Amino acid sequence: MSDAPPSLSFLPLGDRALLVEFGEQPDPAVSDRVSALTAWLDRHPLAGVTDLVPAMCSLALHYDPEAWQGDDPARTPYDRLVSALQAVVPQVPAVPQRVGAVIEIPVVYGGEFGEDLAELARACGLAPEEVVAIHSATVYTVYMLGFAPGFAYLGPLDARLSLPRRDTPRTRVPAGSVAVANAFTAVYPAELPGGWHLIGRTPLTLFDLGRDPPARLAAGNRVRFVPVDAARFHELGAAQ
Amino acid sequence: MNVTVLRAGVQTTVQDLGRHGLQRFGVPVSGAMDAYSLTVANLLVGNQAADAALEMTLDGATLQFDGDALIAIAGADLAPRLDDHPLPELRPLWVRSGSRVRFGMSRRGCRAYLAVAGGFDVPVVLASRATYLRGGFGGLSGRALKQGDRLAVSAPQAVRFPGLRAQLDASDSGFAAPHWSASAHPERLDRDPQRIRFVPGRHWEALDAEARNRFLHAEYRVAAASDRMGYRLDGGTLANAGAGSVPSESTAFGTIQLPPDGNPIVLMAERQTTGGYPRIGEVAGADLALLAQLRPGARLCFERIALGEAQRLWHQQAAALAQIGASVAANMAQ
Repeated sequence: MSDAPPSLSFLPLGDRALLVEFGEQPDPAVSDRVSALTAWLDRHPLAGVTDLVPAMCSLALHYDPEAWQGDDPARTPYDRLVSALQAVVPQVPAVPQRVGAVIEIPVVYGGEFGEDLAELARACGLAPEEVVAIHSATVYTVYMLGFAPGFAYLGPLDARLSLPRRDTPRTRVPAGSVAVANAFTAVYPAELPGGWHLIGRTPLTLFDLGRDPPARLAAGNRVRFVPVDAARFHELGAAQ
Repeated sequence: MNVTVLRAGVQTTVQDLGRHGLQRFGVPVSGAMDAYSLTVANLLVGNQAADAALEMTLDGATLQFDGDALIAIAGADLAPRLDDHPLPELRPLWVRSGSRVRFGMSRRGCRAYLAVAGGFDVPVVLASRATYLRGGFGGLSGRALKQGDRLAVSAPQAVRFPGLRAQLDASDSGFAAPHWSASAHPERLDRDPQRIRFVPGRHWEALDAEARNRFLHAEYRVAAASDRMGYRLDGGTLANAGAGSVPSESTAFGTIQLPPDGNPIVLMAERQTTGGYPRIGEVAGADLALLAQLRPGARLCFERIALGEAQRLWHQQAAALAQIGASVAANMAQ
Protein backbone atom coordinates (compact mmCIF):
# COMPACT_ATOMS: atom_id res chain seq x y z
CA MET A 1 0.00 0.00 0.00
CA SER A 2 1.17 3.49 -0.80
CA ASP A 3 0.37 6.62 1.18
CA ALA A 4 0.82 8.80 -1.89
CA PRO A 5 -2.34 10.67 -2.86
CA PRO A 6 -4.09 9.14 -5.85
CA SER A 7 -2.95 10.59 -9.14
CA LEU A 8 -4.97 13.48 -10.56
CA SER A 9 -4.17 15.76 -13.46
CA PHE A 10 -5.90 18.21 -15.74
CA LEU A 11 -5.14 18.70 -19.41
CA PRO A 12 -6.77 20.54 -22.28
CA LEU A 13 -8.63 18.71 -25.04
CA GLY A 14 -8.55 21.66 -27.42
CA ASP A 15 -10.10 25.03 -26.58
CA ARG A 16 -13.59 23.77 -25.67
CA ALA A 17 -12.97 20.61 -23.65
CA LEU A 18 -10.64 19.37 -20.94
CA LEU A 19 -9.71 16.07 -19.33
CA VAL A 20 -9.53 15.18 -15.66
CA GLU A 21 -7.23 12.18 -15.51
CA PHE A 22 -7.09 9.69 -12.63
CA GLY A 23 -4.51 7.16 -13.78
CA GLU A 24 -2.62 5.72 -16.72
CA GLN A 25 -4.11 2.24 -17.01
CA PRO A 26 -7.76 1.28 -16.78
CA ASP A 27 -8.80 -0.65 -13.68
CA PRO A 28 -11.95 -0.71 -11.55
CA ALA A 29 -10.51 1.66 -8.91
CA VAL A 30 -9.60 4.31 -11.51
CA SER A 31 -12.98 3.78 -13.14
CA ASP A 32 -14.73 4.31 -9.79
CA ARG A 33 -13.04 7.68 -9.36
CA VAL A 34 -14.08 8.67 -12.90
CA SER A 35 -17.66 7.59 -12.16
CA ALA A 36 -17.73 9.34 -8.78
CA LEU A 37 -16.74 12.69 -10.32
CA THR A 38 -19.22 12.18 -13.18
CA ALA A 39 -22.03 11.52 -10.68
CA TRP A 40 -21.00 14.53 -8.59
CA LEU A 41 -21.00 16.85 -11.61
CA ASP A 42 -24.38 15.48 -12.68
CA ARG A 43 -25.76 16.58 -9.33
CA HIS A 44 -23.76 19.84 -9.13
CA PRO A 45 -23.49 21.02 -12.76
CA LEU A 46 -20.84 23.56 -13.71
CA ALA A 47 -21.75 26.49 -15.97
CA GLY A 48 -21.43 25.97 -19.71
CA VAL A 49 -20.61 22.26 -19.53
CA THR A 50 -22.47 20.49 -22.35
CA ASP A 51 -21.11 16.94 -22.13
CA LEU A 52 -19.45 14.78 -19.50
CA VAL A 53 -17.62 11.90 -21.16
CA PRO A 54 -16.21 9.29 -18.79
CA ALA A 55 -13.54 7.09 -20.38
CA MET A 56 -10.92 4.52 -19.37
CA CYS A 57 -8.84 6.76 -17.10
CA SER A 58 -10.32 10.21 -17.52
CA LEU A 59 -13.44 12.30 -17.48
CA ALA A 60 -13.83 14.85 -20.27
CA LEU A 61 -15.81 18.05 -19.77
CA HIS A 62 -16.94 19.68 -23.01
CA TYR A 63 -17.68 23.32 -22.26
CA ASP A 64 -18.47 26.68 -23.78
CA PRO A 65 -15.51 28.97 -22.99
CA GLU A 66 -17.92 31.93 -23.09
CA ALA A 67 -19.30 30.73 -19.74
CA TRP A 68 -15.81 31.04 -18.20
CA GLN A 69 -14.70 34.46 -19.45
CA GLY A 70 -13.39 36.82 -16.79
CA ASP A 71 -11.72 40.16 -16.28
CA ASP A 72 -8.13 39.03 -15.85
CA PRO A 73 -6.74 38.48 -19.37
CA ALA A 74 -3.86 36.42 -17.97
CA ARG A 75 -6.30 33.70 -16.91
CA THR A 76 -7.99 31.75 -19.68
CA PRO A 77 -11.46 30.16 -19.50
CA TYR A 78 -9.56 26.84 -19.20
CA ASP A 79 -7.65 28.14 -16.15
CA ARG A 80 -10.88 29.24 -14.49
CA LEU A 81 -12.68 25.95 -15.09
CA VAL A 82 -9.69 23.97 -13.78
CA SER A 83 -9.71 26.10 -10.62
CA ALA A 84 -13.39 25.36 -10.14
CA LEU A 85 -12.73 21.63 -10.55
CA GLN A 86 -9.79 21.71 -8.13
CA ALA A 87 -12.17 23.10 -5.53
CA VAL A 88 -14.72 20.37 -6.25
CA VAL A 89 -12.52 17.26 -6.39
CA PRO A 90 -11.67 17.03 -2.65
CA GLN A 91 -15.41 16.86 -1.85
CA VAL A 92 -16.04 13.96 -4.21
CA PRO A 93 -16.01 10.47 -2.64
CA ALA A 94 -13.49 8.02 -4.15
CA VAL A 95 -16.24 5.50 -4.86
CA PRO A 96 -19.55 6.40 -6.52
CA GLN A 97 -22.82 5.75 -4.77
CA ARG A 98 -24.02 2.99 -7.01
CA VAL A 99 -27.67 2.81 -7.90
CA GLY A 100 -29.07 -0.67 -8.47
CA ALA A 101 -27.64 -4.15 -8.50
CA VAL A 102 -25.32 -6.01 -10.85
CA ILE A 103 -26.85 -5.98 -14.34
CA GLU A 104 -27.18 -9.50 -15.74
CA ILE A 105 -26.75 -10.07 -19.46
CA PRO A 106 -27.94 -13.46 -20.74
CA VAL A 107 -25.60 -14.99 -23.34
CA VAL A 108 -25.64 -18.06 -25.56
CA TYR A 109 -21.97 -18.99 -25.89
CA GLY A 110 -20.35 -20.62 -28.95
CA GLY A 111 -21.70 -22.25 -32.07
CA GLU A 112 -23.54 -19.98 -34.48
CA PHE A 113 -23.93 -17.48 -31.60
CA GLY A 114 -20.20 -17.10 -30.97
CA GLU A 115 -18.23 -18.16 -34.01
CA ASP A 116 -14.79 -17.57 -32.51
CA LEU A 117 -15.24 -19.41 -29.21
CA ALA A 118 -13.52 -22.63 -30.29
CA GLU A 119 -10.63 -20.80 -31.97
CA LEU A 120 -10.15 -18.46 -29.00
CA ALA A 121 -10.17 -21.40 -26.57
CA ARG A 122 -7.48 -23.13 -28.66
CA ALA A 123 -5.35 -19.96 -28.80
CA CYS A 124 -5.66 -19.57 -25.01
CA GLY A 125 -4.93 -23.26 -24.30
CA LEU A 126 -8.35 -23.79 -22.71
CA ALA A 127 -11.44 -25.87 -23.38
CA PRO A 128 -14.44 -23.86 -24.69
CA GLU A 129 -16.33 -24.68 -21.46
CA GLU A 130 -13.47 -23.18 -19.45
CA VAL A 131 -13.62 -19.97 -21.49
CA VAL A 132 -17.37 -19.74 -20.78
CA ALA A 133 -16.83 -20.44 -17.07
CA ILE A 134 -14.10 -17.80 -16.77
CA HIS A 135 -15.95 -15.18 -18.83
CA SER A 136 -19.21 -15.58 -16.91
CA ALA A 137 -17.59 -15.73 -13.44
CA THR A 138 -16.34 -12.13 -13.39
CA VAL A 139 -18.34 -9.10 -12.32
CA TYR A 140 -17.21 -6.47 -14.82
CA THR A 141 -17.10 -2.71 -14.51
CA VAL A 142 -18.34 -0.59 -17.44
CA TYR A 143 -15.26 1.56 -18.06
CA MET A 144 -16.83 3.66 -20.78
CA LEU A 145 -19.10 3.77 -23.83
CA GLY A 146 -17.62 4.67 -27.20
CA PHE A 147 -16.90 3.47 -30.74
CA ALA A 148 -20.64 3.41 -31.55
CA PRO A 149 -23.87 4.37 -29.74
CA GLY A 150 -24.35 2.02 -26.78
CA PHE A 151 -21.02 0.16 -27.20
CA ALA A 152 -19.69 -0.47 -23.67
CA TYR A 153 -16.10 -1.44 -22.81
CA LEU A 154 -16.14 -3.80 -19.80
CA GLY A 155 -13.21 -4.95 -17.71
CA PRO A 156 -11.09 -6.30 -16.31
CA LEU A 157 -11.06 -9.34 -18.60
CA ASP A 158 -9.35 -12.36 -17.03
CA ALA A 159 -5.78 -12.42 -18.39
CA ARG A 160 -6.26 -16.04 -19.48
CA LEU A 161 -8.74 -14.80 -22.14
CA SER A 162 -6.70 -11.87 -23.36
CA LEU A 163 -5.81 -11.90 -27.07
CA PRO A 164 -5.08 -9.06 -29.48
CA ARG A 165 -7.81 -8.22 -31.97
CA ARG A 166 -8.27 -10.37 -35.07
CA ASP A 167 -5.83 -9.63 -37.90
CA THR A 168 -8.70 -9.01 -40.29
CA PRO A 169 -11.73 -7.25 -38.83
CA ARG A 170 -15.18 -8.44 -39.89
CA THR A 171 -17.18 -5.96 -41.94
CA ARG A 172 -20.40 -7.07 -40.20
CA VAL A 173 -20.64 -8.27 -36.63
CA PRO A 174 -24.22 -9.23 -35.67
CA ALA A 175 -26.05 -7.06 -33.12
CA GLY A 176 -25.87 -8.52 -29.62
CA SER A 177 -22.50 -10.23 -30.19
CA VAL A 178 -20.50 -10.69 -26.99
CA ALA A 179 -16.83 -10.30 -27.75
CA VAL A 180 -13.38 -10.05 -26.18
CA ALA A 181 -10.11 -8.36 -27.17
CA ASN A 182 -7.04 -7.33 -25.18
CA ALA A 183 -8.14 -6.54 -21.62
CA PHE A 184 -11.82 -5.94 -22.41
CA THR A 185 -15.11 -7.57 -23.19
CA ALA A 186 -18.07 -5.88 -24.91
CA VAL A 187 -21.48 -6.37 -26.47
CA TYR A 188 -22.10 -5.05 -29.99
CA PRO A 189 -25.28 -2.93 -29.68
CA ALA A 190 -25.96 -2.98 -33.43
CA GLU A 191 -24.61 -4.64 -36.55
CA LEU A 192 -21.21 -3.01 -36.92
CA PRO A 193 -17.77 -3.70 -38.36
CA GLY A 194 -15.44 -5.12 -35.72
CA GLY A 195 -12.20 -6.95 -35.01
CA TRP A 196 -13.00 -8.51 -31.63
CA HIS A 197 -13.34 -12.27 -31.02
CA LEU A 198 -17.00 -13.27 -30.95
CA ILE A 199 -17.76 -15.77 -28.17
CA GLY A 200 -21.53 -15.46 -27.77
CA ARG A 201 -24.66 -13.39 -28.32
CA THR A 202 -27.30 -11.78 -26.12
CA PRO A 203 -30.92 -11.20 -27.12
CA LEU A 204 -31.01 -7.96 -25.10
CA THR A 205 -31.28 -4.64 -26.92
CA LEU A 206 -28.37 -2.52 -25.70
CA PHE A 207 -29.30 0.71 -27.51
CA ASP A 208 -32.80 1.98 -28.19
CA LEU A 209 -33.62 5.48 -29.51
CA GLY A 210 -37.01 5.28 -27.81
CA ARG A 211 -35.58 4.84 -24.30
CA ASP A 212 -34.23 7.48 -21.94
CA PRO A 213 -31.33 7.07 -21.60
CA PRO A 214 -30.97 5.30 -24.95
CA ALA A 215 -28.22 2.95 -23.72
CA ARG A 216 -28.85 0.08 -21.31
CA LEU A 217 -25.36 0.39 -19.79
CA ALA A 218 -23.58 3.46 -18.39
CA ALA A 219 -20.00 3.96 -17.23
CA GLY A 220 -19.61 2.72 -13.66
CA ASN A 221 -22.28 -0.02 -13.91
CA ARG A 222 -21.40 -3.55 -12.75
CA VAL A 223 -22.26 -6.32 -15.20
CA ARG A 224 -22.27 -10.13 -15.20
CA PHE A 225 -22.83 -12.47 -18.15
CA VAL A 226 -25.20 -15.37 -17.51
CA PRO A 227 -24.99 -18.43 -19.80
CA VAL A 228 -28.36 -19.45 -21.31
CA ASP A 229 -29.36 -21.90 -24.04
CA ALA A 230 -30.75 -21.12 -27.49
CA ALA A 231 -34.36 -21.72 -26.43
CA ARG A 232 -34.06 -19.16 -23.64
CA PHE A 233 -32.35 -16.76 -26.08
CA HIS A 234 -35.36 -16.83 -28.40
CA GLU A 235 -37.78 -16.55 -25.48
CA LEU A 236 -36.01 -13.48 -24.12
CA GLY A 237 -35.68 -11.94 -27.58
CA ALA A 238 -39.40 -12.32 -28.20
CA ALA A 239 -40.29 -10.90 -24.78
CA GLN A 240 -38.62 -7.51 -25.38
CA MET B 1 -45.18 25.47 -45.36
CA ASN B 2 -43.34 22.66 -47.09
CA VAL B 3 -40.19 22.48 -49.17
CA THR B 4 -39.97 19.90 -51.96
CA VAL B 5 -36.60 18.54 -53.02
CA LEU B 6 -36.53 18.65 -56.83
CA ARG B 7 -32.85 17.68 -56.97
CA ALA B 8 -30.93 16.48 -53.93
CA GLY B 9 -27.31 17.28 -54.83
CA VAL B 10 -24.31 15.24 -53.67
CA GLN B 11 -25.03 15.17 -49.94
CA THR B 12 -27.71 17.43 -48.53
CA THR B 13 -28.64 16.83 -44.90
CA VAL B 14 -30.69 18.48 -42.17
CA GLN B 15 -28.30 19.71 -39.48
CA ASP B 16 -28.31 21.84 -36.36
CA LEU B 17 -25.61 22.49 -33.76
CA GLY B 18 -25.54 18.81 -32.77
CA ARG B 19 -26.56 16.31 -30.18
CA HIS B 20 -25.06 17.33 -26.84
CA GLY B 21 -25.16 15.53 -23.51
CA LEU B 22 -25.24 11.99 -24.91
CA GLN B 23 -21.59 11.40 -25.80
CA ARG B 24 -21.30 9.40 -22.58
CA PHE B 25 -23.58 6.81 -24.22
CA GLY B 26 -21.41 6.73 -27.34
CA VAL B 27 -23.77 8.98 -29.31
CA PRO B 28 -21.79 11.27 -31.66
CA VAL B 29 -22.50 15.01 -31.60
CA SER B 30 -22.91 15.27 -35.39
CA GLY B 31 -24.48 18.60 -36.49
CA ALA B 32 -23.16 21.16 -38.97
CA MET B 33 -19.59 20.78 -40.21
CA ASP B 34 -19.35 24.58 -40.49
CA ALA B 35 -21.34 25.54 -37.39
CA TYR B 36 -20.39 29.20 -37.87
CA SER B 37 -22.13 29.43 -41.25
CA LEU B 38 -25.18 27.46 -40.08
CA THR B 39 -25.47 29.88 -37.17
CA VAL B 40 -25.14 32.95 -39.40
CA ALA B 41 -27.83 31.66 -41.78
CA ASN B 42 -30.18 30.97 -38.85
CA LEU B 43 -29.59 34.36 -37.21
CA LEU B 44 -30.26 36.20 -40.49
CA VAL B 45 -33.81 34.81 -40.66
CA GLY B 46 -34.45 35.47 -36.97
CA ASN B 47 -34.05 31.83 -35.88
CA GLN B 48 -32.24 30.48 -32.84
CA ALA B 49 -28.62 29.57 -33.62
CA ALA B 50 -29.42 25.89 -33.04
CA ASP B 51 -32.47 25.61 -35.32
CA ALA B 52 -32.36 23.02 -38.10
CA ALA B 53 -31.11 24.11 -41.53
CA LEU B 54 -29.79 22.36 -44.65
CA GLU B 55 -26.14 21.53 -45.22
CA MET B 56 -25.26 21.07 -48.91
CA THR B 57 -21.97 19.64 -50.08
CA LEU B 58 -20.02 20.54 -53.27
CA ASP B 59 -23.06 20.29 -55.56
CA GLY B 60 -26.25 21.63 -54.05
CA ALA B 61 -29.96 20.98 -54.19
CA THR B 62 -32.93 22.45 -56.06
CA LEU B 63 -35.76 23.28 -53.68
CA GLN B 64 -39.31 24.47 -54.23
CA PHE B 65 -41.20 26.39 -51.56
CA ASP B 66 -45.00 26.09 -51.47
CA GLY B 67 -45.40 29.41 -49.64
CA ASP B 68 -43.62 32.77 -49.46
CA ALA B 69 -40.46 32.00 -47.48
CA LEU B 70 -37.81 33.96 -45.62
CA ILE B 71 -34.46 32.27 -46.23
CA ALA B 72 -30.73 32.97 -45.86
CA ILE B 73 -27.65 31.35 -47.40
CA ALA B 74 -24.14 31.19 -45.89
CA GLY B 75 -20.93 29.20 -46.23
CA ALA B 76 -19.66 27.89 -49.57
CA ASP B 77 -20.65 29.58 -52.82
CA LEU B 78 -22.73 26.96 -54.63
CA ALA B 79 -23.92 29.50 -57.22
CA PRO B 80 -27.43 29.94 -55.72
CA ARG B 81 -30.16 31.19 -58.06
CA LEU B 82 -33.85 31.80 -57.85
CA ASP B 83 -35.08 30.53 -61.20
CA ASP B 84 -32.57 32.46 -63.35
CA HIS B 85 -31.62 35.27 -60.95
CA PRO B 86 -28.45 34.95 -58.84
CA LEU B 87 -29.24 35.05 -55.11
CA PRO B 88 -27.02 37.02 -52.74
CA GLU B 89 -25.61 35.26 -49.69
CA LEU B 90 -25.42 36.48 -46.09
CA ARG B 91 -28.71 38.40 -46.02
CA PRO B 92 -32.36 37.67 -45.37
CA LEU B 93 -34.23 36.90 -48.59
CA TRP B 94 -37.98 36.74 -49.04
CA VAL B 95 -38.72 34.35 -51.89
CA ARG B 96 -42.09 34.01 -53.61
CA SER B 97 -44.28 30.94 -53.23
CA GLY B 98 -43.67 28.37 -55.95
CA SER B 99 -40.22 29.65 -56.87
CA ARG B 100 -37.30 27.28 -57.22
CA VAL B 101 -34.07 27.90 -55.34
CA ARG B 102 -31.25 26.16 -57.18
CA PHE B 103 -27.74 25.45 -55.99
CA GLY B 104 -25.07 24.17 -58.36
CA MET B 105 -21.42 23.23 -58.27
CA SER B 106 -19.24 24.96 -55.70
CA ARG B 107 -17.33 28.00 -56.87
CA ARG B 108 -15.71 28.51 -53.45
CA GLY B 109 -15.67 26.31 -50.37
CA CYS B 110 -17.31 22.95 -49.79
CA ARG B 111 -20.48 23.33 -47.70
CA ALA B 112 -23.36 25.80 -48.04
CA TYR B 113 -26.15 26.32 -45.51
CA LEU B 114 -29.72 27.31 -46.18
CA ALA B 115 -31.87 28.39 -43.26
CA VAL B 116 -35.57 29.17 -43.42
CA ALA B 117 -37.49 31.26 -40.89
CA GLY B 118 -39.02 28.90 -38.32
CA GLY B 119 -36.52 26.12 -39.04
CA PHE B 120 -36.98 22.73 -40.69
CA ASP B 121 -39.43 20.67 -38.69
CA VAL B 122 -38.05 17.14 -38.60
CA PRO B 123 -38.52 15.02 -35.45
CA VAL B 124 -36.20 15.67 -32.52
CA VAL B 125 -34.24 12.44 -31.90
CA LEU B 126 -32.12 12.33 -28.74
CA ALA B 127 -32.40 16.08 -28.20
CA SER B 128 -31.39 17.18 -31.71
CA ARG B 129 -32.61 17.36 -35.32
CA ALA B 130 -29.10 16.72 -36.71
CA THR B 131 -28.68 13.89 -39.20
CA TYR B 132 -26.25 11.20 -38.01
CA LEU B 133 -25.56 9.40 -41.27
CA ARG B 134 -23.63 6.38 -39.95
CA GLY B 135 -26.13 5.73 -37.17
CA GLY B 136 -29.07 6.28 -39.51
CA PHE B 137 -31.05 8.57 -37.24
CA GLY B 138 -31.91 12.25 -36.90
CA GLY B 139 -32.72 14.66 -39.73
CA LEU B 140 -35.06 13.23 -42.35
CA SER B 141 -35.17 9.47 -41.67
CA GLY B 142 -31.49 9.46 -40.70
CA ARG B 143 -30.27 9.94 -44.26
CA ALA B 144 -29.27 12.49 -46.88
CA LEU B 145 -32.13 14.06 -48.81
CA LYS B 146 -33.42 12.42 -52.01
CA GLN B 147 -35.34 13.77 -54.96
CA GLY B 148 -39.03 14.00 -54.10
CA ASP B 149 -38.55 14.45 -50.34
CA ARG B 150 -40.76 17.00 -48.62
CA LEU B 151 -39.63 18.90 -45.57
CA ALA B 152 -42.01 20.75 -43.27
CA VAL B 153 -41.08 24.21 -41.98
CA SER B 154 -42.21 25.44 -38.55
CA ALA B 155 -44.27 28.62 -38.75
CA PRO B 156 -42.64 31.61 -37.00
CA GLN B 157 -44.87 33.40 -34.49
CA ALA B 158 -44.73 36.72 -36.35
CA VAL B 159 -43.77 37.75 -39.88
CA ARG B 160 -40.10 38.70 -39.88
CA PHE B 161 -38.88 41.54 -42.11
CA PRO B 162 -42.47 42.48 -43.18
CA GLY B 163 -41.20 45.51 -45.13
CA LEU B 164 -39.04 43.26 -47.23
CA ARG B 165 -41.92 40.89 -47.79
CA ALA B 166 -44.06 43.78 -49.03
CA GLN B 167 -41.47 44.34 -51.78
CA LEU B 168 -42.09 40.83 -53.13
CA ASP B 169 -45.21 41.88 -55.03
CA ALA B 170 -43.29 44.46 -57.04
CA SER B 171 -40.27 42.25 -57.56
CA ASP B 172 -39.50 40.98 -61.07
CA SER B 173 -36.98 38.48 -59.79
CA GLY B 174 -39.28 36.66 -57.38
CA PHE B 175 -37.25 37.61 -54.33
CA ALA B 176 -36.58 40.65 -52.15
CA ALA B 177 -33.29 41.33 -50.38
CA PRO B 178 -32.08 44.23 -48.23
CA HIS B 179 -29.13 46.37 -49.28
CA TRP B 180 -27.08 45.30 -46.29
CA SER B 181 -25.47 41.96 -45.65
CA ALA B 182 -23.83 40.30 -42.66
CA SER B 183 -20.05 40.41 -42.66
CA ALA B 184 -18.41 37.33 -44.12
CA HIS B 185 -16.20 34.99 -42.09
CA PRO B 186 -13.15 37.03 -41.02
CA GLU B 187 -10.81 34.59 -42.77
CA ARG B 188 -10.90 33.89 -46.51
CA LEU B 189 -12.42 30.56 -47.49
CA ASP B 190 -10.30 30.30 -50.63
CA ARG B 191 -6.82 30.83 -49.21
CA ASP B 192 -4.49 28.26 -50.79
CA PRO B 193 -3.04 26.59 -48.89
CA GLN B 194 -5.49 27.33 -46.09
CA ARG B 195 -3.92 28.07 -42.72
CA ILE B 196 -5.39 26.03 -39.89
CA ARG B 197 -4.36 26.94 -36.35
CA PHE B 198 -4.09 24.24 -33.70
CA VAL B 199 -3.29 23.79 -30.02
CA PRO B 200 -0.79 21.01 -29.20
CA GLY B 201 -2.38 17.94 -27.63
CA ARG B 202 -1.40 15.24 -25.17
CA HIS B 203 1.08 13.49 -27.48
CA TRP B 204 2.63 16.49 -29.21
CA GLU B 205 5.74 16.34 -27.04
CA ALA B 206 5.95 12.56 -27.56
CA LEU B 207 6.66 13.15 -31.25
CA ASP B 208 10.35 13.52 -32.04
CA ALA B 209 11.63 16.92 -33.11
CA GLU B 210 11.73 15.94 -36.77
CA ALA B 211 8.09 14.81 -36.75
CA ARG B 212 6.98 18.00 -35.00
CA ASN B 213 8.91 20.09 -37.47
CA ARG B 214 7.46 18.18 -40.37
CA PHE B 215 3.89 18.67 -39.14
CA LEU B 216 4.48 22.42 -38.78
CA HIS B 217 5.96 22.81 -42.28
CA ALA B 218 4.24 20.16 -44.38
CA GLU B 219 1.67 21.12 -46.96
CA TYR B 220 -1.19 18.65 -46.52
CA ARG B 221 -4.05 17.79 -48.83
CA VAL B 222 -7.52 16.71 -47.78
CA ALA B 223 -7.67 13.08 -48.95
CA ALA B 224 -10.53 11.76 -51.05
CA ALA B 225 -11.58 9.38 -48.24
CA SER B 226 -12.58 12.33 -46.04
CA ASP B 227 -16.16 12.75 -44.86
CA ARG B 228 -18.30 14.24 -42.10
CA MET B 229 -16.64 11.91 -39.59
CA GLY B 230 -13.03 12.80 -40.30
CA TYR B 231 -10.57 14.41 -42.68
CA ARG B 232 -7.67 12.20 -43.71
CA LEU B 233 -4.59 14.18 -44.64
CA ASP B 234 -1.92 13.34 -47.23
CA GLY B 235 1.42 15.03 -47.53
CA GLY B 236 3.49 14.56 -44.40
CA THR B 237 3.74 11.13 -42.80
CA LEU B 238 5.00 11.47 -39.23
CA ALA B 239 7.19 8.95 -37.44
CA ASN B 240 5.03 7.78 -34.57
CA ALA B 241 7.92 7.26 -32.14
CA GLY B 242 7.03 6.35 -28.60
CA ALA B 243 3.36 7.06 -28.98
CA GLY B 244 1.50 3.80 -29.46
CA SER B 245 -2.13 3.43 -28.63
CA VAL B 246 -3.34 4.85 -25.34
CA PRO B 247 -6.31 4.16 -23.07
CA SER B 248 -9.31 5.47 -24.98
CA GLU B 249 -10.47 8.93 -24.04
CA SER B 250 -12.99 11.50 -25.24
CA THR B 251 -12.42 13.11 -28.62
CA ALA B 252 -13.28 16.65 -29.73
CA PHE B 253 -14.32 18.30 -33.00
CA GLY B 254 -10.89 19.09 -34.42
CA THR B 255 -8.85 16.43 -32.62
CA ILE B 256 -5.81 15.57 -34.77
CA GLN B 257 -5.19 11.84 -34.36
CA LEU B 258 -2.06 10.03 -35.45
CA PRO B 259 -2.81 6.40 -36.35
CA PRO B 260 0.06 3.88 -36.74
CA ASP B 261 0.56 4.69 -40.45
CA GLY B 262 1.63 8.23 -39.46
CA ASN B 263 -0.92 10.06 -41.62
CA PRO B 264 -2.94 12.49 -39.47
CA ILE B 265 -6.73 12.36 -39.31
CA VAL B 266 -8.73 15.38 -38.11
CA LEU B 267 -11.97 14.35 -36.40
CA MET B 268 -14.96 16.31 -37.67
CA ALA B 269 -18.65 16.79 -36.80
CA GLU B 270 -19.72 13.14 -36.96
CA ARG B 271 -16.64 11.79 -35.14
CA GLN B 272 -16.90 8.86 -32.77
CA THR B 273 -17.04 9.94 -29.16
CA THR B 274 -13.85 8.23 -27.95
CA GLY B 275 -10.53 7.31 -29.47
CA GLY B 276 -7.30 5.54 -28.55
CA TYR B 277 -4.88 6.88 -31.15
CA PRO B 278 -2.25 9.40 -30.10
CA ARG B 279 -3.68 12.91 -30.08
CA ILE B 280 -1.12 15.41 -31.38
CA GLY B 281 -3.37 18.46 -31.23
CA GLU B 282 -6.78 20.05 -31.61
CA VAL B 283 -7.74 22.53 -34.32
CA ALA B 284 -8.71 25.91 -32.86
CA GLY B 285 -12.50 26.09 -32.58
CA ALA B 286 -12.48 29.36 -34.51
CA ASP B 287 -10.80 27.64 -37.51
CA LEU B 288 -13.13 24.63 -37.72
CA ALA B 289 -15.37 26.52 -40.14
CA LEU B 290 -12.39 27.05 -42.46
CA LEU B 291 -11.43 23.39 -42.25
CA ALA B 292 -15.01 22.28 -42.96
CA GLN B 293 -14.95 24.39 -46.13
CA LEU B 294 -11.92 22.53 -47.54
CA ARG B 295 -12.89 20.00 -50.18
CA PRO B 296 -11.02 16.81 -51.04
CA GLY B 297 -7.77 17.79 -52.74
CA ALA B 298 -7.61 21.23 -51.06
CA ARG B 299 -4.30 22.24 -49.51
CA LEU B 300 -3.72 23.24 -45.90
CA CYS B 301 -0.90 23.87 -43.47
CA PHE B 302 -0.92 23.97 -39.70
CA GLU B 303 0.13 26.81 -37.42
CA ARG B 304 0.72 26.19 -33.74
CA ILE B 305 -0.94 28.57 -31.27
CA ALA B 306 -1.33 28.59 -27.49
CA LEU B 307 -4.57 27.54 -25.78
CA GLY B 308 -5.16 31.09 -24.53
CA GLU B 309 -4.90 32.44 -28.09
CA ALA B 310 -7.35 29.80 -29.35
CA GLN B 311 -9.83 30.75 -26.63
CA ARG B 312 -9.38 34.44 -27.46
CA LEU B 313 -10.17 33.69 -31.15
CA TRP B 314 -13.24 31.71 -30.08
CA HIS B 315 -14.41 34.64 -27.96
CA GLN B 316 -14.01 36.98 -30.97
CA GLN B 317 -16.07 34.64 -33.12
CA ALA B 318 -18.79 34.37 -30.46
CA ALA B 319 -18.87 38.18 -30.23
CA ALA B 320 -19.20 38.50 -34.03
CA LEU B 321 -22.14 36.10 -34.03
CA ALA B 322 -23.79 37.94 -31.14
CA GLN B 323 -23.40 41.16 -33.14
CA ILE B 324 -25.16 39.65 -36.15
CA GLY B 325 -27.95 38.36 -33.92
CA ALA B 326 -28.40 41.79 -32.31
CA SER B 327 -28.51 43.66 -35.65
CA VAL B 328 -31.09 41.27 -37.06
CA ALA B 329 -33.20 41.50 -33.90
CA ALA B 330 -33.15 45.31 -34.16
CA ASN B 331 -34.35 45.28 -37.79
CA MET B 332 -36.54 42.22 -38.01
CA ALA B 333 -39.83 43.98 -37.21
CA GLN B 334 -39.38 46.47 -40.05
